[in-house]
Amino acid sequence: MQETPSEAEGSEQFAIRVRDLVVGFHRHVVIDHLALDVIKGEILGLVGASGGGKSVLMRSIIGLIPRQGGEIEVMGAPINHNRATRSTAGRWGILFQQGALFSSLTVRQNIQFPLRENLVLSDALMDEIATAKLEMVGLKAEDGDKFPSELSGGMTKRVALARALALDPAIVFLDEPTSGLDPIAAGDFDALIKTLQKTLGLTVFMVTHDLASLNTVCDRVAALADGKIVAIGPMRELLQSEHPWVRAYFHGKRSQMLQPKAS
Amino acid sequence: MTTTPLLTATPSGDTLELRPGGSWTAANAATLERLSNDVAPQLDRAGTVKLDMAGLRELDTIGAWLLEKMSRRATSAGHQSEVVGIAENYTGLIEEVRQVNRRTPAPAPARNPVVAKLGDIGRATIGSREDITAFLQMLGSLCIAILGVLRRPRSLRLTSLTYQLYRVGWQAIPIVVLITFLIGAIIAQQGIFHFRKFGADSYVVDMVGILVLRELGVLIVAIMVAGRSGSAYTAELGSMKMREEIDALSTMGLDPIEVLMLPRILALICALPILSFIGSMAALYGGGLVAWFYGGMAPAVFIARLHEAVSVTHFQVGIIKAPFMALVIGIVACSEGLRVKGSAESLGKQTTTSVVKSIFLVIVLDGLFAVFFASIGM
Repeated sequence: MQETPSEAEGSEQFAIRVRDLVVGFHRHVVIDHLALDVIKGEILGLVGASGGGKSVLMRSIIGLIPRQGGEIEVMGAPINHNRATRSTAGRWGILFQQGALFSSLTVRQNIQFPLRENLVLSDALMDEIATAKLEMVGLKAEDGDKFPSELSGGMTKRVALARALALDPAIVFLDEPTSGLDPIAAGDFDALIKTLQKTLGLTVFMVTHDLASLNTVCDRVAALADGKIVAIGPMRELLQSEHPWVRAYFHGKRSQMLQPKAS
Repeated sequence: MTTTPLLTATPSGDTLELRPGGSWTAANAATLERLSNDVAPQLDRAGTVKLDMAGLRELDTIGAWLLEKMSRRATSAGHQSEVVGIAENYTGLIEEVRQVNRRTPAPAPARNPVVAKLGDIGRATIGSREDITAFLQMLGSLCIAILGVLRRPRSLRLTSLTYQLYRVGWQAIPIVVLITFLIGAIIAQQGIFHFRKFGADSYVVDMVGILVLRELGVLIVAIMVAGRSGSAYTAELGSMKMREEIDALSTMGLDPIEVLMLPRILALICALPILSFIGSMAALYGGGLVAWFYGGMAPAVFIARLHEAVSVTHFQVGIIKAPFMALVIGIVACSEGLRVKGSAESLGKQTTTSVVKSIFLVIVLDGLFAVFFASIGM
């Protein structure tokens, strides 16, 4: 959002900078001296083996998991504390894999929750903003009165995205946004992410296994293996990567069936 | 960086020129709302409204919506409105915001509060029929499960039964002993205090003995078990229902009643009489101690009087009720657990309902037994 011309410093163009990050549980090291830069305004896809630490990386950037070492900078501000606090609200929005909607609140109350907790607004304006967000993620105003248990998988993801966007954050983290959706719904959701990223100028950090979304919406793809980023770049560069795990990922039998376009 | 948001309104003739400046973002939401409310009356008067966005430094959805609302207000009052000077990076956002909130959903029809209250009462009355059906259904399927187990004794989940017995029986002993001991002591103390006025303190032994063995022992223990184990059953089964574990069991060809409910309810039926017995003994012990230290009645005298006052019948009357109370608690706990729906709130609600309902039914059952035993002369 900020347009101050200080590109010379170099760090201004990055939304997230991770240096030398080490995260582990007991003696098991999950993230091993990892470095990663996310450029402002891009959609970065993160791929990695199941259980290979993708979610751990995402959670340690947002402060849900304490780190053993390294530095993390988000929008130029270092993340010193090892916990998510109120001061970080509004800096980023997070779409959890299962949506993590509050089951006792309606859809509208779910979207209004971060607004109500962090801002001083009249109820009328809060309703209008909630409806605006609902319509921006492609739902109807009537859906606002439903409860999370009444929503389909695709709608849950959309509501969770609307809630993540409630405070207009500069960065959104998406944890497997298209998992559990049929290909049509997944495609629609990808298109929605792309549109919102353009209109709101978002930086998107997306953990995904969906080769189609990697191909269509991600500007760059980062591959996480053995606790490090082993390859990063546009999709076509990754397809040419020589790293054995990356080759196996993109050139395995399942990937061959999809034949990602190499453009 | 965020800067203070501004809104300058310059009326020139029939035209009102609005120049928003600074950061129109969520961080300044309260100021923004005040600014846009302040110019609202001027919007209604002006013939043409010109919105010059060139001074904006930052804009997000909330800011864009407030600006859009101003221009909509002018348009709906029949005036001209014009937006100029939109920075290129915000074009998409402003276009998007123009599309939203166009259709106001029909407001829910206002309900007459009296009619609504009456409606709620009616629904609750009809709903209680459902409760009875659910109870009878659970009782029926439990009977079928028991028949199945009698036909194939190997299908009884012995491990599960033992584990549940350990949880609801063995682990409950300390708290049951403590509470019933205290209750026995309190009854004895109150009895001695009041009976002494007319020199009848020795009858305290009769009162404690009969009251504890016939009624209080089993009732207190049943209420405690309903709160301690019944609620645990409801919460366990409810969260299993939420996570589709019960559905998973059924798809594997297993009967959830047989696998989950039967061991739990059988464990309760075995545990409650034992706990009632232990509880009654603890209450008598508490009463005896108070009679000794507070009433000055030697233990030997207490035991001798107790021997005269109570007969095995009193004990039987108490202990016969225990398995039935356990059955009611178990059935209510399990059927409420199965009624849990998707949300965390419904789990809490069903657990509360389970405890309230089983305590209520235990007391009703106790009343029915009192009538029954009185009429058969026990």
